[in-house]
Parts: sequence; structure tokens; C-alpha cells
Amino acid sequence: MMPAVRGDGMRGLAVFISDIRNCKSKEAEIKRINKELANIRSKFKGDKTLDGYQKKKYVCKLLFIFLLGHDIDFGHMEAVNLLSSNKYTEKQIGYLFISVLVDSTSDLMKLIIQSIKNDLSSRNPVHVNLALQCIANIGSKEMADSFGNEIPKLLVSGDTMDTVKQSAALCLLRLFRTQPDVIPSGEWTSRIIHLLNDQHMGVVTAACSLIDALVKRNPDEYKGCISLAVSRLSRIVTASYTDLQDYTYYFVPAPWLSVKLLRLLQNYPPPDDPGVKGRLNECLETILNKAQEPPKSKKVQHSNAKNSVLFEAISLIIHSDSEPNLLVRACNQLGSFLSHRETNLRYLALESMCLLATSELSHEAVKKHQETVINALKTERDVSVRQRAVDLLYAMCDKTNAEEIVQEMLHYLETADYSIREEMVLKVAILAEKYAADYTWYVDVILNLIRIAGDYVSEEVWYRVIQIVVNREDVQGYAAKTVFEALQAPACHENMVKVGGYILGEFGNLIAGDARSTPIIQFRLLHSKFHLCSPMTRALLLSTYVKFINLFSEIKGDIQEVLKADTNIRSADAELQQRASEYLNLSRMVSQDVLATVLEEMPPFPERESSILAKLKKNPWRQGDTEHKESKMPPAIMNHTNDIKGGVAADDILDFKASAPIPDRQGDQNILHDVFSSISNGPQAAHLPSTSHVDNLNKFVCKNNGVLFENDIIQIGIKAEFRQNLGRLGIFYGNKTTMPLQGFSTQISCSGSLALKLMVQAKPVDPVIEAGAQIQQLVNVESIDDFKEHPGLVVTFMYSAVQQRLDLKLPVTLNKFFEPTEMNSESFFSRWKILSTPSQESQHIFKATKPMDPEATANKLTGFGMQLLPNIDPNPDNFVCAGIIHSRNQQVGCLLRLEPNKQAQMYRLTIRASKDTVAGSLLELLYPEF
Amino acid sequence: MMQFMLLFSRQGKIRLQKWYAAFPDKVKKKIMRELTTLILSRQSKMCSFLEWKDLKIVYKRYASLHFCCAIEQDDNELLYLEIIHRYVELLDKYFGSVCELDIIFNFEKAYFILDELLIGGEIQETSKKSILKALAAQDLLQEEEAIEGALRDIGLV
Repeated sequence: MMPAVRGDGMRGLAVFISDIRNCKSKEAEIKRINKELANIRSKFKGDKTLDGYQKKKYVCKLLFIFLLGHDIDFGHMEAVNLLSSNKYTEKQIGYLFISVLVDSTSDLMKLIIQSIKNDLSSRNPVHVNLALQCIANIGSKEMADSFGNEIPKLLVSGDTMDTVKQSAALCLLRLFRTQPDVIPSGEWTSRIIHLLNDQHMGVVTAACSLIDALVKRNPDEYKGCISLAVSRLSRIVTASYTDLQDYTYYFVPAPWLSVKLLRLLQNYPPPDDPGVKGRLNECLETILNKAQEPPKSKKVQHSNAKNSVLFEAISLIIHSDSEPNLLVRACNQLGSFLSHRETNLRYLALESMCLLATSELSHEAVKKHQETVINALKTERDVSVRQRAVDLLYAMCDKTNAEEIVQEMLHYLETADYSIREEMVLKVAILAEKYAADYTWYVDVILNLIRIAGDYVSEEVWYRVIQIVVNREDVQGYAAKTVFEALQAPACHENMVKVGGYILGEFGNLIAGDARSTPIIQFRLLHSKFHLCSPMTRALLLSTYVKFINLFSEIKGDIQEVLKADTNIRSADAELQQRASEYLNLSRMVSQDVLATVLEEMPPFPERESSILAKLKKNPWRQGDTEHKESKMPPAIMNHTNDIKGGVAADDILDFKASAPIPDRQGDQNILHDVFSSISNGPQAAHLPSTSHVDNLNKFVCKNNGVLFENDIIQIGIKAEFRQNLGRLGIFYGNKTTMPLQGFSTQISCSGSLALKLMVQAKPVDPVIEAGAQIQQLVNVESIDDFKEHPGLVVTFMYSAVQQRLDLKLPVTLNKFFEPTEMNSESFFSRWKILSTPSQESQHIFKATKPMDPEATANKLTGFGMQLLPNIDPNPDNFVCAGIIHSRNQQVGCLLRLEPNKQAQMYRLTIRASKDTVAGSLLELLYPEF
Repeated sequence: MMQFMLLFSRQGKIRLQKWYAAFPDKVKKKIMRELTTLILSRQSKMCSFLEWKDLKIVYKRYASLHFCCAIEQDDNELLYLEIIHRYVELLDKYFGSVCELDIIFNFEKAYFILDELLIGGEIQETSKKSILKALAAQDLLQEEEAIEGALRDIGLV
């Protein structure tokens, strides 16, 4: 059956489509298509010139074949020919083919651009619109160059028809996204803003999208749009649904435009002007009031349109985060949606409430809905909705409700979808640690996690529970008892064996007095799991056993039997074999005293924080102050082997063995040149550091190695490495003269409040630097809290019997403790939004002092320590970065956006950070770099 | 901003694809495969929104056709659901009780109608009347050109 074909109908095309549909098999279809392709190819190549209609028909067939999923490699030229037809329908098909099948790198682009130019200057508005649509479809840089001048004129000219204006606004938006300088600032600004006042609602709607993008680039310049947007919005929300005629959609006045306007306003803080602010609040209240009114129609379109405006209004309320009354109303409204029969509304309500939960003003109000949210977790049939419920529970959790929420999440975990289990495990582990009033509860939660979802419990989680138990005496006995009980389950997860093995090896003695858990019972219980475990766990258990020998000498014989067993001492696994034989020898040869020393209880772990948080990249900002993290805790158990071998327990954080080798202090002049090969400074006046050293200090903001200071006598270079909140600097002092430098000494200090924020420890240096030689000084630093000043470095020595003194500063700055953070645009923007209080943001607009080279900029930002996130900012010229600053006391999430404006040779730099004042400190450091 | 719109049948056959952001061909094919499978596997009462990579997917089924669009994080899901609906209304008005076959046989018209509604992934015109008027004007031009062509063929012009 063939339905009626509209318009002139290309009969040949309809027949071809019918043929394809009648094909009984895929093979038959391919055969028919190949036949058609051959036919079209021969027509295009044939001598007979085709008329426009035929070209149109064949091009259309090619399009159809393409849409069936076949590649098309010819016909482009014919399509381009159609563009210059004076018949609208031929032109239209030509443009369609080009927008679907021609990419911006095509050789034909010059021809296409020429045709577009002709159509753009046509007096026929439908031709102009076709051209504009095509530009918007392709949107290449070349297009921006060719039409960047024309389109803004078309947009604001009084002669342009409304429909053309609409297309022009969106076409311009597309080109702006490709090349932001198509719209020069200045002259156009006010004319574009005033499109918000246009009579024609369609023009306003299209222009609003454009203005939104322009505002994102330059909010200050477009500030004028705030009051216009508010008054336009006010006119719409107070309009009756008949006022706006066809722009009323299912009894909702202009929902599209309303949402656009509400979005536009979310680019700014609440309006300064009290009148405008009042008016906006009235609008928001009206929208909230309307939500209470009975629906004007039962159709879902009515409620969708109405609620789309409502949700956008709530977004704006959350964004402003300044009107407690509105926030609470928003929360109540969302609360009522939580039990709405429409799944879509429940989903969106959960999503929006997550944002509300992060505002101090509404956090308590959100908590009132806890029961409903828990219920959603239990009853929602759609996993995507349940996921939202998990997110919201996590966001609304605080110390008052943590126990209940964790309990519910654990409960849900038993049946949770596989796709979200790992994330849930991390969330539960974080909440349990963060809000543990009592660490026995924490231990219970983590063991439950392992029991319920052992496969999804990552190393970070079980390392962490061990770390906490080792560090907290009060929980050790309880932990030993609890793991002992957990291990009695006939089938228990290997992660449970690991945790159990470790904890009993350290603290099994605390429960050994109980007849139910005597040493031999503990040992047999653990060993009953041994054969089911992986080599890594077995190795861990062997270490537990040797610790048992120390704790409980009475079972030494039983343990030696196990160590001696062929499966261990002759294990094919080298690590197992080594442990078994070393532990066996240890137990045989050394005295109890030595044994006790070697196998002493693990010392507390340095108080560094959970790496679990690092895993839960999705929400690193939510964790607040008590959370820290570390990149990789050393598999603690391995330290035992090191201990036993007499080695030093590796502290991986401070051990930069993998990093660049630092030259030996006997280094000769070659090394001096090697290390400082980048020296370009000429000799400087001796004795005192000239101002040049200040410049050099600043050169270290975005790099870690280089020359800090140099004059005729001495050259001081730095090689630095930072990880988490720790850093190590190698300072190289090179004697450039032919005489030894005598009485050489250095003093590194943190003065004033810096002493509380930065710990610096320097190794002593030799008192003499021989002629032409170089010595090295190692300095360890630890960031305790965020800081602004530099540590001081005073160098004194005698040269030619004259005392020399250099007052320098060490290039240790806050940004050195950055950990780059990957994230997608969703999480970036949601965090950006969360960090919106004025004290969290710092912004600076400044003139470029160096050439504006994108590559150099990217290198600097990476050197600054943040993760450069490409493809996040809609404007490809902008730079967006994220990172976490580590210090002992906290971690601070930071987001950065750098917007270059090449034309004006200006930059705008915005930094937001989860801790007040940090953004400002970072900004001060970074902006002079550009 | 809408990144792309796809129309596909219950068998997963693509009936229309419109890309508003540049994706390489390979990626396009992969996206179409993944999304058709994902959406066809969902039950009817489930929510119309999905998180998918860093985009949000909004979809709805009308008779035998699924309409699906990908939007950005900031975009308003419900409103895009209504853009889909407006598009369906326009197709319906234009073809008169539209069915999948109309879109197969007149795919080019389906594109033209979409182009009146959205440009560069942003809504251009929301008024049904205005869009239908523009479409009628296009058809009128088409008819005039057809008549002129026919007259020329028989030597009357």
C-alpha cells in the first residue's frame, strides 16, 4: 500500500520506496538498492543532461538509501547544482541533501557557500530562510567567516521579516558556538538585548536562546537583559491563556519563552534593583500559586507545560538561594510531586530536590520528605527513578538521620540493580564514616556492606575500615569480635576474609580470653577459608598467622605445620612461597623478643583520609570538611614483609622513587648545566638578589622545576614534586665561581600564620660548596590548611671573605596541592551551580600580557595543577578545569573557567571553590600568568 | 540545546535522524544502535527521561514510532517532551492522521517540518498556526512550480 504523496509527488521515488518495503529479505533489499545506485550513477554520468526534476528525484532517492543505513559516496555535486535552481522545491531538496550528507570539510564547500550567499540576498524570504537553515545545520568556521557580517545585520534590521529574524537569531547562535567572535561586543549588544521587547513572540523566543549564550560569554555586557527579561516574564505569567493566542500551549501561556527567560535569569545573581527583584519574586510566586490551581485540562500536555515552567522557576529559586520563603515553598511543591502518579514528575522532583538539599536554607525542609524518598527506593519500578532517590538520600543525609538512611540504603542494596551497586557501596561507606558518632556502628556498616555486596566493595573501602580500626583503640575489641562472628558464616565473601584476617592478626588477642574464640579457634576459622581464597588473600592470611605466632605462642606448632605445607612453602606463587619460608624461619630462629619487635602491632596510620571519596567522583564536593582522601594507601599488609626483611616500611606518599631522579650531591658541573639547562639569565649584580628573583618566584606557579635565583656567584634551582597534601623539593645550590663558598647555610621558615598552615622540614646542607660544584638540599612540606604566603628561604655564605645574604621565597603555593579531577559536563555544571555564594567565587577581568595562544594557555592550566576539561564549555575557546586542593585538615573542590576574548585581548577568569577565600587566593596566583 | 533527534520504529528501524551537533559518522551509528536498544527495552510506564553519558535523553512513543531526543544537562526535560509532542501534532495536521508510512514515503517533508520547528537544536517557532502557514506556503510554491512545469512540457508556456 502506498499512502498519498503530498504536493507534486515524485512518483519514481514512491515506487522505489514501495519496492524496498516489499523486499522479503535483507539480501533482496540490498540487491534492489544496488540496482538503483547503479541506475542513478549512470544517469548522473550519462551524456543526457538531466533536468532539475530528475536531479531532485535521484538526489532524494540517494537520501532515502542513506537513511536506510547505507553509505552514499556520490551525488553531492548534483545536490549542489540543485541549490542554484530557481525552483523552490529543487533548492529545498538540494539543501536537505547537503545538511544531511555533506560535512564541513567537503571540497564543495566553496560552491555551497556561494549558493548560500545568493539565496541570502534573495528578496524571497523563503529562500533566505533555506540559506539560514543550511548555515545553522553546517555551522562551520568557514561559514562563520563568510556570513558573520551579514547575519547580525539581518537580525536587527527593521526591514527583516519576523520569520527571517527567528532563523537569523538561531543561525547566529550556531555560528557563535563555533566562533565566538562572530558577534563583536559593543555596537550590537543593546540592539540584540532589545529583541526581548519584540512584538512577535516567536522572535523573542529565538532571540532569548541567542542572548542566553551571549550572556554566558559576557554577563556584564548583557546585564541590561535582566530587567527586560523580568518584565517580559511578568507579562506572560500574568496573561490569561487567551491573551497570547497561538503561543498559548494547552492553556499555558508561552511555556517555551517562559522557560527560556527563567533560564536566562539563572546566569545572574538575584537582581540588584529592588524593583526588578520584587517583580521577579512576584513572578515566581505567581508560578508557584498556579501550581496549586486546579488543572485547566486533563491532558498531560497541559500539566507538562505548566510543570516545565514550575521546575524552571524552582531552578531559579535554588540558584538564587536567597529567599527562604520561596525555597520552602519550592520544597513543598516538589514534595507533593514525590508521590504524584506521573513517573516523570517523581523523577524530576527527586532530581530538583537534590539541589535543594545542598542549600542551607532548605536542607531541613527537604529532610521532611525522607520517608517518601525511602519509600521511592523501595517501590519505584524504574531503576532510573530509584537512582535519583539514592542520590537524594545521600544529599539529604546529615548526622541526625544518617543511621536511618544508611540502614535503608543497606537494605536496598540487597536487591539493588547491579548497575548502581558499586556507587551505592561507596555512598554508604562515605556516609557511615562521615556521620559515625560511634565507630562500632561504622564497623558494623562496613562489614554489612561486605556481607551484602562483597563484590562491589572496592579496595578503598576495606582498606579504610582497617585504617580506622587500627587508629581507634576503643573499637578494636569490638571489631575483632564482630569479624570473628562474621567469619563464622559458612559462605563469606573474600573481602570479609581479608578484613577478618587483618583485624584478628592485629587484635585477635583482645577476644582470645573468650572460650568461644580462643587462639586455636580463631586460627582454624581463618584457615578454613584459606583454600577458597586468591593468592593475594592467602598471602595476607600467612601474615596473620605469623602474627598469631607472636600473639599466641601456644599455637606456634599448628601454624608452623601450615607454613611447612607443600602448598605454601612450595607454592607456585612466588609471594606465597617467600612468605611461607621466611615466616617459618623467623618462627624457628629468633627469640621471642625479636619476634615481638618484628611483629609488633601496626602503628596507627597517619591521619590521612579516605580514598573512597576519590572514587565517588560524582560528588566530591558534598563531603564537607571532615573528609579527606589519599590516592593509594599502600596495601598495608605488604609492610609486614618489609619489616621482617629488615627493610623500611615504605611510605609511598613520601617516597618519590618513581619520580625524576634528583642528581647526586657529588654532581659535577655537567649536572649543573643539565639541571639548569634552561638558564637564560645573564649574570646579575652580585651580593643581593635584584628584583629579578621575584619574577622567577612567580615563574613557578605553573611549573615545578627551574631556576629560582641566579647571580654571578650562585645559582639556585628547584625541582619539586607534590602529591596530595605533601611535597618534596630538591633545592640545588650551584657555585658559579672558581672559589669555594664557605660557611654556607640556609634557613627555611614559615612566618606568622603560615607556620600553622604549612609544615616545612629541611635537611641540613654542607657548609662548603666547592668551586663549580653543586649541592642539594631536600625539603619536605605538608599543607595543613589553605595558605597564601610563601615560605622564606634565607641563604648565607662567605664569598671573597664577604658575608653574603639572600632573602628569597620558596615556590610553594596553594595550587601545588591540587589533584586534577576528571568530570563530565553534567557534574561540572551541577557543582558549578552549587558553589554559587559570592564568597565561593572570585572573578577577574584583565588584559592579556602575553600572546593569547590556546596551547600555551592549556599548558599553563595543566601546570597549575587542575584537570583541563575539554568539550564542557559550549564555547570551544573557553577553558574549564577542575581540581581538589589537599591539605591535612580538608580538601577543597575548585572549578575554574577562563574565557579569552581575542579581539579585546582580554581574559575573564572565574574560580569557584568550596571553601571561602580559596578562590581568591588561586585567582591571585594564576591571572598574572596570562 | 538539542543535540540530535531520532525517530525509530518498534523494530528499531531509524525513520528520521537529525543531528544538531557534529558527531563523526561512526559515532552516529553507534549512538543510534545503543539508544534504540536501550529505549526499546524499557517498559511503557517507565519514566521518559534517561541519563545517558553526559546527556539527557527524552523520549516518547506515538503509535508505532519512538521519538527520542538528546538534550544537555541544563535543558528542561518536560519542555522537550512537549517539543516532541508539538512536532507530532504538526506531522499529524500536515499529513492528516499521520502514520509511520507517511513519514517513510514523505521523509523529506518530515525534515522540512522539523526545520520549521527547530534550528540548530533550539526552538524557532512554537506557534502551530505559524508553522502550518509556512508549510502551506511551501506547498503552494511546489504546486505552482509543478503546474508551470507541466505547462512547459506541453508547450503552453
